[in-house]
Amino acid sequence: MTDALSRLLADRDWLMADGATGTTLFNMGLQSGDAPELWNTDHPDRIRTLYRGAVDAGSDIFLTNSFGGTAARLKLHDAQSRVGELNRSAAELGREVADAAGRPVVVAGSMGPTGEIMAPMGPLTHETAVEMFHEQAEGLKEGGADVLWVETISAPEEYRAAAEAARLAQMPWVGTMSFDTAGRTMMGVTSSDMVTLVGKLDHKPLAFGANCGVGASDLLRTVLGFSAMGPEIPVVAKGNAGIPKYVDGHIHYDGTPELMGQYAVLARDSGAKIIGGCCGTTPEHLRSMRAALESTPHGPRPTLEQIAEQLGGFSSASDGTGDAPVAQRPRRRRRG
Amino acid sequence: MADEEDDIILSELETEDLVLQMHDDLYDGLKEEIEEGVNILLERGWAPYKVLTEALVAGMTIVGNDFRDGILFVPEVLLAANAMKAGMAILKPLLAETGAPRMGKMVIGTVKGDIHDIGKNLVSMMMEGAGFEVVDLGINNPVENYIEAAKKEEADIVGMSALLTTTMPYMKVVIDTMVEQGIRDEYIVLVGGAPLNEEFGRAIGADAYCRDAAVAVETAKDFIARKHNQVAAG
Repeated sequence: MTDALSRLLADRDWLMADGATGTTLFNMGLQSGDAPELWNTDHPDRIRTLYRGAVDAGSDIFLTNSFGGTAARLKLHDAQSRVGELNRSAAELGREVADAAGRPVVVAGSMGPTGEIMAPMGPLTHETAVEMFHEQAEGLKEGGADVLWVETISAPEEYRAAAEAARLAQMPWVGTMSFDTAGRTMMGVTSSDMVTLVGKLDHKPLAFGANCGVGASDLLRTVLGFSAMGPEIPVVAKGNAGIPKYVDGHIHYDGTPELMGQYAVLARDSGAKIIGGCCGTTPEHLRSMRAALESTPHGPRPTLEQIAEQLGGFSSASDGTGDAPVAQRPRRRRRG
Repeated sequence: MADEEDDIILSELETEDLVLQMHDDLYDGLKEEIEEGVNILLERGWAPYKVLTEALVAGMTIVGNDFRDGILFVPEVLLAANAMKAGMAILKPLLAETGAPRMGKMVIGTVKGDIHDIGKNLVSMMMEGAGFEVVDLGINNPVENYIEAAKKEEADIVGMSALLTTTMPYMKVVIDTMVEQGIRDEYIVLVGGAPLNEEFGRAIGADAYCRDAAVAVETAKDFIARKHNQVAAG
């Protein structure tokens, strides 16, 4: 147990992760359509500001600006040859900010989905996916990331590819999926499916969980689904600050700092050990979350009704877990 | 598989059973079986348009409904759409020759600033699976791309996708430009993407917000039918 995240997990009851990267950078002037990763070398000061925002608000962990740092994503900006450099800078800037924090802060090297559909449904093979994630992982490792942080994954195949890349890079990792389709990931994975998926991996993550998705309520329902399975690995909750609303030509997330404070406490009571935000979560939200986590004692596991009452309703009646019978289409003969 | 006793020999099935079997095979995403089934129906004298609608589109409707109802998920739907596309590849030249009616044509792309394409790709595949012609503009499209392509392709539908809250508002720019140019009413405008909702679709002046690819297909069919009715009435 030599890595910074394992040490913090052993010492503490709960840890706070960071908030939004993308939406924060847009507020700093990133133009839509540009790759945020290019700012690691073009505007390192802004990236330091992004990281410091989370650290100053009390985050124990922050994610590097490297979500779209695989060759598959950088190719869209003709920057596929800069995977190593851009990921290394993302982590180096993170290392600098974390080391100046005066307390242990984990630099988590963010790795987002390749954006491609994996075989046999789509063109991306397991080998190519592993290779792309591995290339990114090596850059993050070289820049001094404490752990790799794989997020917003939909396909189990891609999650497994990222796990293998982490093994090849000999790095500890955390991996979360995005449950945005009636409680499942886009590819149909339920919360309980994910616990099973994680349990079967050779190179297990230090923590697993959910990020992004729909609103804070849905995310907590997913966390309840994880903890109901009694997973041995800590659970991560990184939900959006409410639901995006279109107001006067701008997008505004409707989750207030107070609401995110309630969300953080409910997430912990639901069984999450690492709690953070995702899209729309500003340092102000994070401060409120930190304060709520520190000032509120542990409570009982909330019911779905309590979550809906405090944070708002769910996007769907069911999340695909449990015994609800699924109507199967009557079939003719099955083929061999 | 071939030497199993209860294996199905498509060419030995009565036509009615063959069509039902093709619905099942589409459901299971069996590409080669679909190609074989299409060829058998053509050999038996079915018009290409009848093969398309009764065997393929009808089969994909079942897939779409089960996707909508949460029984099937994206991976299964993609395999089904691939099988459908393989059948469609055989029919396409024949349909053109016979001057069969068109389901409709869609120009689709992710809006400027947005580089996410999975959702858009799913919609494209499902729309093609439902028999629509789809012109995929890819990612990061400025307003000109949509309008030029819609005109050039004589599209019925303009589809826009955005996965970022920061890029959603660009959909309004496209619609406003269409209004300015006086061409808004010539197209059915459908929008979709994870952070959108119905309220947003209405606010920016789209014809409809489509929650997922299956809804997109149903909505497109619905609007095309209405458009045909209007033409008939006018």
